Amino acid sequence: MVNQKEHLQRVLEPYTHRPAELIQALHKVQSALGYVPRWAQVQVAEVLGVPPAQVRGVITFYHLFRQQPVGKHTVRVCMGTACHVRGAQRVLQAVEEETKAPAGKTSPDGAFTVEVVRCLGACGLAPVMMVDDEVSGRLDPRKARKVIQEVGRGT
Amino acid sequence: MITLRVDGQDITASPGQTILEAAVAAGIRIPTLCHLKGLTPRGACRICLVEVKNWNGRLVPACATPAEQGLDIVAHSQRLRDLRRTILELLFAERNHVCAFCVSNGHCELQTLAAEHGMEHVRFPYRFPALPLDASHPKYGIDHSRCVLCGRCVRACSEVEGAMTWGFSGRGIHTLVEADLGDPWGKSKTCTGCGKCVQACPTGALFERGKATSEQVKKGELVAEVTERRPRVQG
Repeated sequence: MVNQKEHLQRVLEPYTHRPAELIQALHKVQSALGYVPRWAQVQVAEVLGVPPAQVRGVITFYHLFRQQPVGKHTVRVCMGTACHVRGAQRVLQAVEEETKAPAGKTSPDGAFTVEVVRCLGACGLAPVMMVDDEVSGRLDPRKARKVIQEVGRGT
Repeated sequence: MITLRVDGQDITASPGQTILEAAVAAGIRIPTLCHLKGLTPRGACRICLVEVKNWNGRLVPACATPAEQGLDIVAHSQRLRDLRRTILELLFAERNHVCAFCVSNGHCELQTLAAEHGMEHVRFPYRFPALPLDASHPKYGIDHSRCVLCGRCVRACSEVEGAMTWGFSGRGIHTLVEADLGDPWGKSKTCTGCGKCVQACPTGALFERGKATSEQVKKGELVAEVTERRPRVQG
């Protein structure tokens, strides 16, 4: 942790007293750590000279900033038009229940991160989702659950 | 001096004044909600929409539009009244504005506007979101159910007190006014406890603890009194 803090200090060094570069600095933090934990938010606010409330405002406004680490597996559920009309909402619900990770978040045990995406370019397979690099299509809630179970919560 | 017309009445404005400021100075009342004298205009609530006849009837927020020479403005009409009422209904439907159970009942700007605009009922389904209440501060509390996201507290905190404790987190209807990194208000390291945000709040979202409903009268004019006493910095 102390090492991480020192590491982050070096990453943030070029942004010292540069409040206008908040978004770039947060990107750097996220690529260094994989997410923007609370302690890093405090550090960003201090180094850049930005009120903590503004750091939080930016992080929560833009979906691409994460406040939690990414899970071992990333599940991308497509909510594009074709998937939507074929019941992606129910698939997503099943995935959320099975992984214990609400959309956009990571499960408490760190096994899964669930993301909602707009289109995976496989509309013929709708509704479709990707678990890491594996595509599964023509899903229904039951089939989606099975895919998650097969991936498993372990490694 | 600029001359413009509001509701058929010729009025004057000094350069840099907004339509709202010019109208108020001439004794014409335009309803407002997110506007508070002494804070920068935000144009967030759209209650102060007026129609500019010589801009093809375009609707502009009076609080955030500079007065211009020759503008012919409609500030009160059935159309504007209907629009304002619709905005109020959307605000009521969005969160849990239950006047009978609110600490600001009887002196709430949202409630007063609704009454003035004849809002007898809301045509939109209520969303009833489950929103938190933070009573961790010893003197004040924040009830997100009553918040209209006008940002008066956020502006009072940054522009007048300079503490910059309050900020918006999230986006859209899920936006919340939160202290620092989303911490409980009472734990905030930046909050000075000055209470300007509470006085600036138009509804019961920010309230003083230990005060009964009848005592919960906000002093929003305090913000302008503070800023007007300050020496002007020549930029």
